[in-house]
Amino acid sequence: MSDSERVPDAGFDEWLDAAEDGKGYYLECANGHGSLPPRRVCPDCGSTDLEEVDLPETGEIQTYTVTHVPTPAFEEDAPYATAVVDFGPVRLTGQVVGTDPDDVETGLTVALEITVSETTDERVIGLRPA
Amino acid sequence: MKDVRVAGTGLTSFGNTPERTSRDLFAEASIAAFEDSGVPRDDVEAVLYGNFMGELAEHQGHQGPLMAEAAGVQAPATRYESACASSGTAVREAVKRLRNGENDVLLVGGAERMTNLGTAGATEALAIAADDLWEVRAGVTFPGAYALMAQAYFDEFGGEREDLAHIAVKNHANALTNEKAQYQSAIEVSDVLEAPPVSEPLGLYDACPISDGASALVLTSDSYADEHDLEAPVAITGTGQGGDRMALHDREHLARSPAAREAGEEAYADAGVDAGDVDVAEVHDCFTIAEVLALEALDLEPIGEGISAARDGRTTADGETPINLSGGLKAKGHPVGATGASQIAEVTDLLAGEHPNSDHVEGATTGVAHNAGGTVASATVHVLEVDR
Repeated sequence: MSDSERVPDAGFDEWLDAAEDGKGYYLECANGHGSLPPRRVCPDCGSTDLEEVDLPETGEIQTYTVTHVPTPAFEEDAPYATAVVDFGPVRLTGQVVGTDPDDVETGLTVALEITVSETTDERVIGLRPA
Repeated sequence: MKDVRVAGTGLTSFGNTPERTSRDLFAEASIAAFEDSGVPRDDVEAVLYGNFMGELAEHQGHQGPLMAEAAGVQAPATRYESACASSGTAVREAVKRLRNGENDVLLVGGAERMTNLGTAGATEALAIAADDLWEVRAGVTFPGAYALMAQAYFDEFGGEREDLAHIAVKNHANALTNEKAQYQSAIEVSDVLEAPPVSEPLGLYDACPISDGASALVLTSDSYADEHDLEAPVAITGTGQGGDRMALHDREHLARSPAAREAGEEAYADAGVDAGDVDVAEVHDCFTIAEVLALEALDLEPIGEGISAARDGRTTADGETPINLSGGLKAKGHPVGATGASQIAEVTDLLAGEHPNSDHVEGATTGVAHNAGGTVASATVHVLEVDR
């Protein structure tokens, strides 16, 4: 997947672009449900009135794992810590950067920071302790 | 409600046969199922077949007709894909068809060829059951997703790796008499704890193996079984299916499986039983933690207590409700598309007294098969009962 001419995934790649510029967002429906793009319909209530809202600056790790046996796309990245982070209206799954994987724990406060896979150079959702 | 009869079951050995094509695996399972059933191939009205990664493993899509052909059946065929719940879903669709009178005889099953991909390739293929954009591209593997659930469980309810290790030890012990199991070897708690980590807190012995294999069932309507004097004492009396958000991070609880709960409640109500009636179950233990979540979703254990069930002996072969007497996915193996129908085969044999482990459930009348896809965004549950 290191082909730089990769066809982008509309909605997702724009989100990564925005997140790289420190402008991460989520989608909020008229009833206040959060979700992630690309999306036309709120998965909670079916509302089609979705707008981009700034992602809170930080979130809290709710669970994590340190992966030693990766897919080929992360062969040179392993071992790495993956965490599910609660940002309030929405949760994200990402790789914890800027700290030893063994120091990652539930309750840790992190901020979104797009990183790059050491294996493929592809962008990866990163989470840095804040 | 009309019952659905399990007229015949057939399984290949599950294991490491990278050179065997899925068509060859399914052919073998189907031959065994037809022989067991006494039903002629000509009576089969459709083939319902579960498979997950055929495109990746064999460059083969459109496997329905290929498998009908392999089984020697001239009938329409459909492939069902719901990740690891693929053939559980096929069974459920078959049950509905047989009940509503659309069909009287169906060949149902599944197959998966995986080991030809190697560990890295199979890890990559299994990961496609997760959300590619929001999980896989962040480095989530299939074991990694269950590790996230295991850590969330430990944080919410307590428990430790040693509790999970007892599940692996139990399921390996159960497989000792299962000649078709991938692993027929006893292990100890220390083996599990000392195994290399895959995705912490899960290690190699917390994970099911990568497996090749196939399963097949000949299912018939009650009336067909009666008219043809089939020896088919076991019936599928309840079916249920549940669904959930695809990505784990979109679930309200990270350490629960509401889709399996929904499927279980539906299947119990359909059969007119409750969890207290269940004598034996095959549950989807792709990882040790998955057995815990399954027991709690099926109300076989209270929420937060399933973690101690194996350690305290409640689910061992001589416990109150033996779980995974076949060895489960953990020791029997997990050829993904074959698993759901293979669980039906195991429960059928257990209830009919034809399973090497039937002695542990003498007099049992009610069994359950629980099949889950992904991090349980898909689940099917079936209740089986035997005429006594």
